[in-house]
Amino acid sequence: MTVIETDIDADATVDARGSSCPGPLMDLIGKIRDLETGDVVVLLSDGEESLTDVPEWAEESGNRVLEIVEGDEHNEIYVEKS
Amino acid sequence: MTEHVVIVGGGVGGSVLANDLADRLAPELEDGDVRVTLLNDSPEHVYKPVWLYVPFGQSEVDDGRRPLADLIDSRIEIRIDRVTDIDTDAKTLGCRDSDRPIEYDHLVLATGVTLAPEVVPGLEEGGHNYYSEAGAEALREELLSFTEGHLVLSVVGSPHMCPVAPLEFTFMADDWLRERGLREDVEITYTYPVGRVHGTPPIAEWARPVLDDRDINVETFFNAESVDPEAKTMTSMEGTELDYDLLVSIPPHRGIDVIEEAGLGEKGWVDVDNHTLEAETAEDVYALGDTADTGAPKSGSVAHYQVSTVGQRLTSRIRGRPPTATYDGKTLCFIETGMDEATFVAFDYENAPSPPPPSEKIHWSKLAYNESYWLTARGLL
Ligand SMILES: Cc1cc2nc3c(=O)[nH]c(=O)nc-3n(C[C@H](O)[C@H](O)[C@H](O)COP(=O)(O)OP(=O)(O)OC[C@H]3O[C@@H](n4cnc5c(N)ncnc54)[C@H](O)[C@@H]3O)c2cc1C
Repeated sequence: MTVIETDIDADATVDARGSSCPGPLMDLIGKIRDLETGDVVVLLSDGEESLTDVPEWAEESGNRVLEIVEGDEHNEIYVEKS
Repeated sequence: MTEHVVIVGGGVGGSVLANDLADRLAPELEDGDVRVTLLNDSPEHVYKPVWLYVPFGQSEVDDGRRPLADLIDSRIEIRIDRVTDIDTDAKTLGCRDSDRPIEYDHLVLATGVTLAPEVVPGLEEGGHNYYSEAGAEALREELLSFTEGHLVLSVVGSPHMCPVAPLEFTFMADDWLRERGLREDVEITYTYPVGRVHGTPPIAEWARPVLDDRDINVETFFNAESVDPEAKTMTSMEGTELDYDLLVSIPPHRGIDVIEEAGLGEKGWVDVDNHTLEAETAEDVYALGDTADTGAPKSGSVAHYQVSTVGQRLTSRIRGRPPTATYDGKTLCFIETGMDEATFVAFDYENAPSPPPPSEKIHWSKLAYNESYWLTARGLL
């Protein structure tokens, strides 16, 4: 397993590993509703679709993907609420 | 010493588990070595899937209610009270109507979902829903007199109960309005939070052409931020504004506050191991059904499948054996595609769903399941 390293400190974590239906992005959006502008949330997802879903949604909604760290077993996607 | 198992929540998961334990632990219950208490905040058990049919006049909310005492094995002690406090160190529960705490040795949380429409300003006043008894009845009144205008089905909550129910409602509304010769005067729009019509790609790929074929407008990447009940508009986090005449929403969901206050998980969802369903932050605490944060859908079938895992693990613990049963994410959901056709999806943590072509037979299977649910809950099926 790769050790995931990043300098970003997240204010909240959404662990959506294994989340099948309706999926990690839905979990992330639910979380973002509760956060304040400027807060950073990290999504842990083992679904390949998150790598495209999350940046697409972030662009549509004006939130910002700060970093995507790809690991062997899951990816970490850091999103800042705008 | 008598070991005390307490199940909080007498909905699908809690009731099925209570009956499952009555069987599994029959010898210990008989000898007085174990007691099982089912705690629910109402004397009645509520079966929510019935609510989908209420707005179309095809079911009554009472069809989804039965006294718990009629459903639960007589070896289980039923207690009607609301849990207001959980102390996982002292292993006690505080209740609304009692001064004395309840002591437990093993605790199972099956407290389901609480609707939180207030998260989106204006949603409660401006929208209808079929995710509560009162909501489904009020929507029926509205829908029966709705003969023209713009019907919007908006998925606001994420995650929410029964992830396919919004598609089902939309397909049923389309079919129902067609049958009544009103479809030409009613525009239907379906909105969804992510970039497809369902969070799970195979379900989205199947549903999108069906929506298009039926002239149902689709707004993806739509996360309602506010609703203006006067102007009858809703605005999304993504900046889209939508006019409506009748808004049907899937409101935001959360678990009960008591769970968060006990440090068991955020927003009332219990942090559990996805496979063992044991709480991550406390000993001898399990969660199942909607309140367990597993990544599996919030659906009755999931609660049902999780029962055997929790039932077996608890029984092993009580008998001093290592528990081995695990939950693999198994889910089965029927999907109504109109008033008399349906399909279904079956999947787990590893395997994606693939819906077969809709048929009348599957529709009748869904209705038959809902009827036979009362036998299933009793542990007879
Ligand atoms: C419209 C609709 C359609 C659906 N259709 C389907 C379907 O076709 N198939 C399917 O599989 N699923 C369906 N579902 C989902 C299904 O109903 C739920 O997933 C299921 O009920 C979850 O079971 P549960 O035991 O976790 O929670 P619930 O059945 O909600 O039970 C929770 C219980 O806990 C009690 N409780 C809560 N807090 C406390 C407290 N503090 N103290 C004491 N008691 C408490 C509640 O009163 C309730 O009795 C549907 C849901 C809806 C809304």
